[in-house]
Amino acid sequence: MAKRVTLEPLLWLLFSAGGVVAALVIPVLLALFGLAFPLGLSPPSHEHMLAVLGHPLSRVTIFVSCTLLLFHAAHRVRFTLYDALQIKHMQELVVLLVYGAVLVGTAAAAYLVLQLP
Amino acid sequence: MSERPTYTPFHPGWYRPRISTWWWLRRRSSLVFILREVSSIFVAWFVVFFLLLVAAVGRGEAAYQEFMGWAATPGIVLVNLVSLLFVVFHAVTWFNLAPQAMVVHMRGKRVPGKLIAASNYGLWVVTSLLVAWIVLAGWT
Repeated sequence: MAKRVTLEPLLWLLFSAGGVVAALVIPVLLALFGLAFPLGLSPPSHEHMLAVLGHPLSRVTIFVSCTLLLFHAAHRVRFTLYDALQIKHMQELVVLLVYGAVLVGTAAAAYLVLQLP
Repeated sequence: MSERPTYTPFHPGWYRPRISTWWWLRRRSSLVFILREVSSIFVAWFVVFFLLLVAAVGRGEAAYQEFMGWAATPGIVLVNLVSLLFVVFHAVTWFNLAPQAMVVHMRGKRVPGKLIAASNYGLWVVTSLLVAWIVLAGWT
């Protein structure tokens, strides 16, 4: 049997890495910036945020994390569309939309991280 | 005998009953499965929300305040609350699956699954505290 080389293992690896990032850091960040600060806890100063986000290590971490999270979401959305809605016959379209969105998001993350003063 | 035997030129195809689009509502386990998968949409939303924060911080003090004001509107708070619930659900299912995904051996013995799950939860606590500390005060 001819050996078929597919991207699936790599995509699964990115999905899995993104899943770890999502589980470890999203809850605390959402709890802080999505709920605690909007509902009254005094938010960090702009100066502090700039210092935190602008640190070279943060910039790299943010870019890598966003990329992994997007790959994670893309993988799950893709298979949920196949399984739940049973649209496996529209694979090309789904792949195009989902990974197109990943590409756009990754480019946006790179730009935003680099434009920080 | 003029009649020739007929052959089906292609595979006749399997018997496949139609399955409703809503098949995953029928069983609790499949509903939980789909809800877990849906958490990914909220992961994607978080990326958008966080990148908007980064953009606002980059644009200056006024843009940052404006972002925080927008984040405090009821609609966004609600979306973030739902997102938090879904992502926590993702985290719990993810960590509970960890023992199946990683088989660790130490001194020739398999590390029990409970220990692996527990260490993942421990890591979750440590990471959360570290992130909160960086965001709130610990950085000067």
